[in-house]
Amino acid sequence: MDSLALLLAATLNSGTVLAFAALGLLINERAGIVNLGAEGMMLVAAVAGYATAVHTGSDWMAFAGGAAAGALLAAAFGVLVIWLNTNQYATGLALSLFGTGFSAFVGIRYTQEKLTERPSFQIPVLTDIPFIGPAFFRQHPMVYIAIALTAALAWFLYRSRAGLVLRAIGESPESAHALGYPVRRIRLIAVMVGGALCGVSGAYISVVYTPLWVEGMVAGKGWIALALTTFATWRPARVLLGAYLFGGVTMLQFHLQGEGVQIPSQFLTMMPYLATIVVLVLISRNATFIRVNMPASIGKLFFPGT
Amino acid sequence: MLKLEARSESSKVMSVMSPVLAMAITVVIGTALFMLLGKDPVRGLYVFFVEPLKSVYALTELAMKATPLILIALGLAVCFRSNVWNIGAEGQFVVGAIAAAGVAMTADKDTGRWIVGAVLVAGVLGGMLWSGIVAFLRDRFNANEILVSLMLVYVADQLLGYMVYGPWKDPAGFNFPQTITFLKSTNVPKLFPGFRVNIGLIIALCAVGAFWVLLFRTYAGFQLQVGGLAPAAARYAGFSSRKALWTALLLSGGMAGLAGALEVAGPLGQLTPYVPAGYGFAAIIVAYVGRLHPVGIIFSGVLMSMFYIGGELAQSRLGLPKSLTGVFQGLLLFTLLACDTLIHYRIRWQAARPAPKPLAAVAIGTSTATGKGA
Repeated sequence: MDSLALLLAATLNSGTVLAFAALGLLINERAGIVNLGAEGMMLVAAVAGYATAVHTGSDWMAFAGGAAAGALLAAAFGVLVIWLNTNQYATGLALSLFGTGFSAFVGIRYTQEKLTERPSFQIPVLTDIPFIGPAFFRQHPMVYIAIALTAALAWFLYRSRAGLVLRAIGESPESAHALGYPVRRIRLIAVMVGGALCGVSGAYISVVYTPLWVEGMVAGKGWIALALTTFATWRPARVLLGAYLFGGVTMLQFHLQGEGVQIPSQFLTMMPYLATIVVLVLISRNATFIRVNMPASIGKLFFPGT
Repeated sequence: MLKLEARSESSKVMSVMSPVLAMAITVVIGTALFMLLGKDPVRGLYVFFVEPLKSVYALTELAMKATPLILIALGLAVCFRSNVWNIGAEGQFVVGAIAAAGVAMTADKDTGRWIVGAVLVAGVLGGMLWSGIVAFLRDRFNANEILVSLMLVYVADQLLGYMVYGPWKDPAGFNFPQTITFLKSTNVPKLFPGFRVNIGLIIALCAVGAFWVLLFRTYAGFQLQVGGLAPAAARYAGFSSRKALWTALLLSGGMAGLAGALEVAGPLGQLTPYVPAGYGFAAIIVAYVGRLHPVGIIFSGVLMSMFYIGGELAQSRLGLPKSLTGVFQGLLLFTLLACDTLIHYRIRWQAARPAPKPLAAVAIGTSTATGKGA
C-alpha cells in the first residue's frame, strides 16, 4: 500500500514535468506554430535554472531563469519562422540541435555543483490522511500549479476573447489578418509563452525532479511532450491526463526495477518511448479524427499581403 | 522599415551564396564566443579550419569522419525532398551497427574476406528494418514520422546497451560493456596502409553519383520530388505517395545502416556504448547545408567533419569542451535557414504605414466562443 502511494506521488511529480512543456507547446500549436525545438529549449532552461538555483539558492528564481531562457530561444525560433518564413520543422530541429550542444557547453562547470538540501513540502492536515496524504499532498507546489495552469488555460482558450483570437489565428491566419489582428505579433507571443513553459519544465527537471545537471538529461521528454499535444487532440485537460499517464509509465519502470523484476533494465528504460509510439499509433489511426481536431493552419507558412 | 518581398523567381545566386553567408555569420559568432571565453579567437578558428587540413594524415582523418555524414545525408536528402521527415537516422545508424556486429562476430579464423560484404549488407538491412517500422506505422496508422523515428533513436540506444552489457559482452573484456574485437578478416579494407580511411570513402563517392542519377535522371526520382513540392499535383498525376514514403524511408534507413556498419567494422572494430556519435543528427545539417543536392553534400559533409575534428582539437589544445562542435553545428543550421529566406524573398526598404485598427470582433460571432469544451 505504501509503495503504491509512493508510486502515485512519483507519477504526479514526473507528470508535472511533461505537463508544463506540453501545455506550453499546446499554446503555440493552437496559434498554428509547431516548435520541434522543445527538447533543446528544455535542456538550455535546465542549465539556466540549475545555475540560477546554485547562485541564488531559490527554486522560484530558478524557474524564472528557466522560463527566461526558454522564452529567449523561442523568440529566436519565432522570428525565423514567423517573419523570415523558414520551414517550421527544420528550424525547430535546428533549435533542438543547438540547444543540445549549447547546454552541454555552458553546463560543463555545473556538473560538479550540488544544490543545497531540498526542502520537503506538505499540506497541513491533508498530509496526515493515510494513503491519500503521502500520495497526493506532499508534492512540490509546482505540481499543484500545473493543475491550476491547466484549468486557467482551458478557461483562456474557450471562455476568453483573447483565447478565441488565438484559436482563430491557428485555424485561419488569413481571416484573422483580414479582420485586422496582428497575426505575427500574436504568434510570436504564443511561441514565447510556449518556450517559457518548456523552460519552466526544464528547470523543474534539473532543480526539483532530479535534482542535478547532467548533459542531455531531458532524455527525450521534450519530444514526448510534443507527442502529447497530438494525443490530447489539443485540449488542455487531456494534456494533463496524458502527462500523468506518461509520468506513470516512466515511474513504473523504476518501480519494477526496484522490485527486482527479471527484465533487463534497458528494456524497462525503453518503455516510455515505446509507449509514446503505441499511443501515437492508436490515436492517429483515425486520420479524420486528427484532422478535425488539429488547428488547421498548423505548420503552414503565413505571409500577409499575398 | 525593412520589408520582405517575394521574388517572382527564386534566386539561383542566393541558393549557392546562402550557405557561404551562413558560414560567415557562424564564424563571426564563433569569434565572439572565443573572445567571451577569454581564448584567442585566431587560435580558435585555426584549430577548426586550418589544423584539420594541415597534413596528409589530418586530411585522411577528415575524409574518414566525412564518410558516414555523407552517406546518411544522401538518404536524408531524398527524404526531405519528398517531404518525409525522417529525423531518426541516428537510431537507424545504431541498428545498422548492431546488425553488422552480429554478422562480424560469426566469423572464425577460416572465414574469407567475403564476410565484409555480408557485414555491410547486414548493416543496410538493419537500418532498413528500423526505418521500415517508421514507414509502416506512418503508412498503415498515419502515425507522425517525426516523433516515431525520433522515439526509435532512444529505443535503439537501449537495444545497443542491452547487447553490449548482456548477451554480447566480451567474456574476456574485464566486464567492460563491449563486444569482442572483431577478427581482422571482417574489417573494412583500408585505402592506404598506415591511415584509418577505408573503402567507405569510395562507397560514399559512388553513392553520391548514384543519388544524383536517381534524383535528377530517373522517373522515380522525379516522382518523389513532385510529391514533396506539390502533393496535390503528384496525386493528380497518379504518383503514389505511399510508394514515395516507403522508398524515401527505406533508402535513408539503408544508408544510415550502411554508415553504421562501416563504422563498427572500420575504425571502431567492436561494438561499444559509444557507437552513437551524433552522426545521424549532424547529417540533417549536412543535408540542408548541402542544399539537399548530392554534390553539395560532399562539401557540407567535409565541413561538418571539420567541426568534429576541430571540436576534439579545441578540447586537447585549448581546454574547451568538445560540445563546442554541437554549438557550431546548431548555429550553422540556424543561420542557414535564416539566410535561405533570401532565396525566395528580397529585402526592401518601405516607409512605415500606420497599422489599421482591428475591426471589433463582430465578424467572429461570440457564439463560437462556447463551441468546444476543454
